[in-house]
Amino acid sequence: MATTNGDSLSFKNISMTFPDGTAALRDVSFSVAKGEFVTIVGPSGCGKSTLLKIASGLLRQSSGEVAVDRERLGYVFQDATLLPWRTVRQNVELLAELNGFDPRERERLVAEAITLVGLTGFENHYPKSLSGGMKMRASLARTLTLKPPVFLFDEPFGAVDEITRARLNEETLNLFERERFAGLFITHSISEAVFLSTRVHVMSARPGRLVANFAVPFPYPRSPDLRFDSRFGELSGQIAHALRGAHS
Amino acid sequence: MTQNMGPATEASGMGLAAQVEAATLAERGRGRTAASFLPPVALGGLIIGAWYLVTYGILDERRRFLLQPPHEVWKVGFADWDNFSQILAGLWSSTQVAIIGLLISISIGLVLAIIMSQTKLIERAIFPYAVTLQAIPILAIVPLISFWFGTGRFSRVIVCVIISLFPIIVNTLFGLQSAERDMHDLFTLHHANRMTRLRKLMFPAALPAIFAGLRISAGLSVIGAIVGDFFFGRGAAGIGQLLQRFANRLLGEQLLASIIMSSALGVAVFLFFGWLQNRAIGKWYEAGPPTE
Repeated sequence: MATTNGDSLSFKNISMTFPDGTAALRDVSFSVAKGEFVTIVGPSGCGKSTLLKIASGLLRQSSGEVAVDRERLGYVFQDATLLPWRTVRQNVELLAELNGFDPRERERLVAEAITLVGLTGFENHYPKSLSGGMKMRASLARTLTLKPPVFLFDEPFGAVDEITRARLNEETLNLFERERFAGLFITHSISEAVFLSTRVHVMSARPGRLVANFAVPFPYPRSPDLRFDSRFGELSGQIAHALRGAHS
Repeated sequence: MTQNMGPATEASGMGLAAQVEAATLAERGRGRTAASFLPPVALGGLIIGAWYLVTYGILDERRRFLLQPPHEVWKVGFADWDNFSQILAGLWSSTQVAIIGLLISISIGLVLAIIMSQTKLIERAIFPYAVTLQAIPILAIVPLISFWFGTGRFSRVIVCVIISLFPIIVNTLFGLQSAERDMHDLFTLHHANRMTRLRKLMFPAALPAIFAGLRISAGLSVIGAIVGDFFFGRGAAGIGQLLQRFANRLLGEQLLASIIMSSALGVAVFLFFGWLQNRAIGKWYEAGPPTE
């Protein structure tokens, strides 16, 4: 189900109330076009992840419409969700395997993805011997094998340390500049949001509504030093302000 | 190019840290074997000392047959080949019964647990009966077993199955349900069917629990084979029958030797399944909470 106006992913008046009566989302509408990287920042538990689950079809919204091609959707989970009994190579291969790619093709895609995330040399390691950052890279590589035109990121770097996180951000940015997919990223880190995105939406506390949105004017490719630019700080400040308003 | 430098450096750094950690652990492990070897050996010595004390210090000559000294047990029970080969034959017969019983338990247990894992309804239907099976006092159904199946080897196998089945069902079921929610979501997103999900996610995730269950059940199956011997004595004599026979004929040395050999069998089974588990899943499985 592709969208009609060129958007890769669009939400129209999405509301979500769980069977237990919890209202998670209220009237959320926005879209992401190819080549756009949209981030949603919001307080914990505001329904951000629910939105991704609705986009991917894991959950069904109470009302509203989603338009997206679910056939080749990239979904990066909060945890690396690697299968502990598979090596890095076998883990990266999983999605291509589930989607029925032939072995020759699989091998090529896996090798390419592993190189891309810098895990060369670790193909035969099991997850238990990898650091948190490396696990996340393997998880990214697994998604990359499908070359998804739409990428959903569910707070993927929340569990790694600050330095690794900055580096993973730079790598995500490189991937985006290279592949130009439509990206939807969930986070509660404002600097991460500004650094990566073309647009940042601020979501309120539960039930989640979009209360503000900011275009990020910095052109790609972006340098890591962008974080120290005064305009970067200024924009971050504005978003923080909007986020504080959204909290209360 | 510069972009790839980062991860590679971090990665090799991590590799080194991991190696150092592994080396330290190995070091500590080696130190521990030396240090952990001594106390049990010393205690073993004390126990043998106490044994001699009881034999020669407490029991008078008329009653010494109740507890022969260790060296007599060794001489009569182990060093005398006629006696020892009889014990070994009995042990082997019981081991066969235990293995057959365990294999049947594994087959039934795995199949039942897999079926139960597929539908909540079936799980709810079967579970109470699995618990009941566990709660059956084996003595209570001994008459029924001999009534139906006679007093031969087959009845002994049934005893093994009854007491070793439950841990396999419960552990396998628990293991099959242990895969994380996110992993299931991942499989759902990519349209994995029931069989693929079972084969590539649930079953491998269940392996650590299955091996834990196997270890328990194997021990129980050995006990079942010996207990079964007491009630169902037809056919090749198992170690349980020998124990009874030696006790009845007041052959203390052989009785003690048989008990020691039965215990050795239990320990061997426990070690074997530990080894098997390590062989099968040691490469990827880490016991306890993941270190992150």
